[in-house]
Amino acid sequence: MRILVCISHVPDTTAKISFTDDKLEYKKDDIQFIIGPYEELSLTRALELKETVGNITITAINVGFSDTEPTLRKALAIGADDAIRINADPKDAYFVAKQIAEAVKNESFDIVLTGKESINYNGAQVSEMLAEFLQIPSITSASKVEISGDKAIVEREIDGGKEQIETSFPFVASGQKGIAFEPRIPNMRGIMMARKKPLKVIEPVECEELTTITMHELPPPKAACKMVDADNVEELVHLLHDEAKII
Amino acid sequence: MAVLVFTENWDGKFKKATFELASFASEISKLYNSECYAVTFGSTNDGELASLGKFGVKKAFEIKNKKYQNFNAQSYSAAIVELIEKLSVKTVIFPNNYSGRSIAPRVSVKLKAGFAPGVTSMPVSIDPFIIRRKVYSGKAFADIELKTDIKLISLNQNAFKLVENAVEIQVEEFMPTINDTDFKLETKEVMKNKGKLPITDAEILVSGGRGMKGPEKWGILEELAEVLHAGTSCSRPVSDLGWRPSEEHVGQTGKVVSPNLYIAVGISGAIQHLAGVNSSKNIVAINTDPEAPIFEAADYGIVGDAFEVVPKLTQAIKSFKEQK
Repeated sequence: MRILVCISHVPDTTAKISFTDDKLEYKKDDIQFIIGPYEELSLTRALELKETVGNITITAINVGFSDTEPTLRKALAIGADDAIRINADPKDAYFVAKQIAEAVKNESFDIVLTGKESINYNGAQVSEMLAEFLQIPSITSASKVEISGDKAIVEREIDGGKEQIETSFPFVASGQKGIAFEPRIPNMRGIMMARKKPLKVIEPVECEELTTITMHELPPPKAACKMVDADNVEELVHLLHDEAKII
Repeated sequence: MAVLVFTENWDGKFKKATFELASFASEISKLYNSECYAVTFGSTNDGELASLGKFGVKKAFEIKNKKYQNFNAQSYSAAIVELIEKLSVKTVIFPNNYSGRSIAPRVSVKLKAGFAPGVTSMPVSIDPFIIRRKVYSGKAFADIELKTDIKLISLNQNAFKLVENAVEIQVEEFMPTINDTDFKLETKEVMKNKGKLPITDAEILVSGGRGMKGPEKWGILEELAEVLHAGTSCSRPVSDLGWRPSEEHVGQTGKVVSPNLYIAVGISGAIQHLAGVNSSKNIVAINTDPEAPIFEAADYGIVGDAFEVVPKLTQAIKSFKEQK
């Protein structure tokens, strides 16, 4: 069985974001890049399946220039068997999904995992777009993926509950909290081995952009917090009534 | 230039968020002097579809075929595309929730239509079509241009107010072409959190952090929540420690919420937590540490011991409501 895990190369969750003068991009200096936390969970789940079910190979893939390679190497260090980098600027979700679909359409992956969303653009689009390009079923926000014979059982979150779904292979699932408990951290042996694992670089196919970002902006600074004395909670009640008009 | 809105129903009923979507969709249709239509999957209660007319929806289509009883992104998106083509729709509005996020990207690929997810307000301009959305988990905004003829948008919950605009509404059944390859998923079980409001729907949330010291201490937060008719939520450590169920976890890796009021008790306010709450209209912070970063995100703050402040606050709200 083969599992593909799509990896996003994103600023660390604690990064302070600022933009270039033309407002078109964020400043990349001083920013630490990581594997998106949801993709990290999906990758961890792929490894767990490999260990429990056996006979699985895991491929990590991302769309990005060579500066994103350390992130892919980290996926190899965590335990992916090989990696593919599509050498292009990930312009929008449609572009990314199209590139991945073209790269893997003849590769017969049984399970394709992504994260529920990238933590920079929060679009949550690539998994479904990829499934549509590949014409296979999909489950978003999966909190559980189990293999049971020739089927998979996937749990997905819905508004106010969960659904258990059975699917045949291949399928796409976007992982969220619950799919694996804690992301794995690469160990020294993993890091050493990652250097020798195959990382294939391929060139992108032609693809139009459906969307463009025209500018970025930071939210206006928040007004200072109004402090209320702990012995005078009535004042807070009045503020919530008169000023915030909530109660 | 018609506008179509995907209106999800829960056991035959709509939620407030559905009417926010209908309001937004009909405001967009006004920009184009066109009409606003709605589509829903599964049967709805009597009068439910007609209620969309109050928010400017001229025609509501219901897809009653039992094959669509369970959610499936593949079959739902195919049906929506068929309807878009039949009605010559140019703009489609989805909720930015699990369902909208599953269907819209597939529609985008099928029609090569640009998609703006997570929108919070009306377009900046319609020619070119530019609309603002949140990015970096709420740490910034981006203006995104949709360069295609057909445009897809998903709207955040509690971001757009209801706009009443009563029109006469027609309700019609729509029977999409069934394509068996679109029905490969089988829903085995639906598990609902019974009797509990999903935290993303709560207008007010009372949220506890590690400062609450233990799961047995949640009583005071539940009492406060009760007087406010609020839901309860928590920070990541609390859900990781198993003090509270994981569906209550609010933050970057948990749920993103946007209530009118978010009360953070004993939560220090790590940047990942703030990413989940920064769309709240008002934030109250109660914390023993005056330096806690939560006070930078909060509108109102009390420095004090939660175990003293919270019961007093509950009592004060109770008395205030009785006086009214």
